Amino acid sequence: MSCCSPELPEVPTEIPDVEGPLPTTKRGLGDLSLTRREFSKHTAIVASFLSAAACSTDSMDGFVKSRLREMDRNELKDLISSLERKYKKRFNKDVQVRATPAAEGVRFAYALDLSRCVGCRRCVHACVKENNQSRPNPDGDHNNPIQWIRVLEMNKEEGVDLAHATPYYNPEEVPREGKFYMPVQCQQCENPPCTKVCPVQATWKEPDGIVVVDYEWCIGCRYCMVACPYGARRFNWAEPYLPADQVNPNMHVMGNRPRLKGVVEKCTFCIQRSRNGRYPACVEICPVGARKFGNLLDPKSEIRSVLENKRVFILKEDLNTQPRFFYFYGI
Amino acid sequence: MLQHLFQFLAGSFRHIIKGSKTYYAWVAFLLVLIGVGAVGYVDQFQQGLIVTGMRDQVMWGFYIGNFTFLVGVAAAAVVLVIPAYIYHWGPIYEIVIIGELLAISAIVMCMAFVSVDIGHVERIWHFVTINFPRSLLAWDVLVLNMYLVLNVTIVSHLLYRAFRGKPPVAAFVVPLVLLSIPAAVSIHTVTAFLYSGLGGRPFWNASILAPRFLASAFCSGPAIILILLQILRKTTGLQIKDAAIHKIAELMAYAIFINLFFLGCEIFKEYYSGTHHLLHTQYLFFGLDGHEGLGLFAWPSVIGTMIAFVLFMVPATRHNFFTLNIGCVLLYFSVYIEKGIALVIPGLTPDTLGEVYAYHPSRHEIQVAAGIFGLGFLVFTLLIKVAIPVALGKLTYQDKNAPAVEAAEPPATAHA
Repeated sequence: MSCCSPELPEVPTEIPDVEGPLPTTKRGLGDLSLTRREFSKHTAIVASFLSAAACSTDSMDGFVKSRLREMDRNELKDLISSLERKYKKRFNKDVQVRATPAAEGVRFAYALDLSRCVGCRRCVHACVKENNQSRPNPDGDHNNPIQWIRVLEMNKEEGVDLAHATPYYNPEEVPREGKFYMPVQCQQCENPPCTKVCPVQATWKEPDGIVVVDYEWCIGCRYCMVACPYGARRFNWAEPYLPADQVNPNMHVMGNRPRLKGVVEKCTFCIQRSRNGRYPACVEICPVGARKFGNLLDPKSEIRSVLENKRVFILKEDLNTQPRFFYFYGI
Repeated sequence: MLQHLFQFLAGSFRHIIKGSKTYYAWVAFLLVLIGVGAVGYVDQFQQGLIVTGMRDQVMWGFYIGNFTFLVGVAAAAVVLVIPAYIYHWGPIYEIVIIGELLAISAIVMCMAFVSVDIGHVERIWHFVTINFPRSLLAWDVLVLNMYLVLNVTIVSHLLYRAFRGKPPVAAFVVPLVLLSIPAAVSIHTVTAFLYSGLGGRPFWNASILAPRFLASAFCSGPAIILILLQILRKTTGLQIKDAAIHKIAELMAYAIFINLFFLGCEIFKEYYSGTHHLLHTQYLFFGLDGHEGLGLFAWPSVIGTMIAFVLFMVPATRHNFFTLNIGCVLLYFSVYIEKGIALVIPGLTPDTLGEVYAYHPSRHEIQVAAGIFGLGFLVFTLLIKVAIPVALGKLTYQDKNAPAVEAAEPPATAHA
């Protein structure tokens, strides 16, 4: 199993094109594909159960007139086209921003096979690339690199024990003797403590179970980060550093569009992908197939198969957060 | 009415600009502090909170610690009205005014500390979609604002009536003063719930947190008041009996004892059960994983509280103003640590995935905090500078028909 280097720069050619079509993603996800043409139909559904009480004060960006959650179809369309124009100008390339809503009958869930994970951290870097996170700034000033996945190294003889875990392992080869690895990211809780505490309702759980942040509404108080038991949320302590040549132009308004200084962000199960019938980037990149993803409500999905055939556990079950992120030992 | 206001403002202004050399030096010092803080904040606003010592693992720090401590000061200042009334300390309205002005200044500082801590202060208006009643931070914002309005109303009424040379309207102000007492308790309780409601943070997720908050507030708040009363009776004509000061000190001895007892309860629970939740307490007192921890602050805080307890408990030291004041200063700084850095940081260290990030406040944080304390003290100084002469009848409304406005003002107030 000692096959993978944890240093991403050494293995760039092995990373598949995350933008390319991947036939395997159809398996287990059900038919969730949404095109831009269907977009207006779905936004109408969203708008129907969202209040239209819009606040009409301009935000920093000048074009956002109200909360994402309260926008009607036309406002959302306007927002998307203005975002696309803005990003095209900023990054000098065509950018597609979607607002694909949650499809009916879909509840996303994730499962991670601890016996397969080798701790190579390819998921971490694929996630950064896919989701337009802030990169390390070569100038050093305002260095604010952001990663949504933390891979913890643990001792085999102690089992899953956070008190003895470390994310700062850096050997020549992984996995290390006597160690195993536990990646942790947003657990997309059914009962999320983070959304409960937000004082301004800038973060919420979508109907398909994805917990999202409205970057234009977040005031940056970080109470959600304090409340999260999984260390899943990240703050933009400085202006995010995102070079134009590294931008992923496939964006979602509630997901990987570029963030700004002073707001919180988090894993969205790659909402720009998962809501359009594709696997999250971390699932796709995993060289050992440790990551499983799908629709909990689809009896034929891969995630249901894991729940049926493997014994799973969740992290910190005593907190009653009810994660939709399961861990299991597949071998 | 407008004429009253105009005269009041003009009179206040005269009182604010007149003062002794010490007064000028004090105000100048505070203005320098505010300037230093403003410079730090402008830099933080431009660069982002990256200039602080906070990071994703420890996302709250010095600012929120100061906020928490000052909520306690704001609460305790007003609750002192109860013993002042029961034990007939003398000028009850004057004591109410001092307590409420201290509360107002503390709330101003609280709001400033929250404002500098958030990433987008210009989005404060997003509270239009306040997450009430689910978010305790929403509760805190509401109760703090209500408390501020309540105190401003009471003080304005008392001062306005005194300025007009009339007694306060008891039917209006007494119910408000009585309401301000449970309100004071509620602001600190809600602030404690802000922490204790979080299941993922075992260091805070304890029922005893709110009682501890109140106990420690009744140590630090009166400690400030005791020193203030001594300063004010020397610099203004305010009459405060020694007996009143000794009584406050006696009541504080109870509060200190209860605070130490609660600490003991927590220490017992943590160490006897010895679960992983103990890591936070260990980090606080001894450090973890080669990190130094907060022992440098935690131990002086505990020992300072113990010494203060002895000083306040023994009648001889309680009645001696020198030892009494030592006790007050010790207590103030002990609670400042206990409800600030020693509450917030160990709650977040180690983080929820077991990582120890050693947080230290940055230069910017200390600079901005100094500025906010400067602002709070300035607000209090100016308010008191006007309020005391008004309350003592030295700054009153003069009818136009009686032109001796200047002559009526006794020069004694200039000493303040």
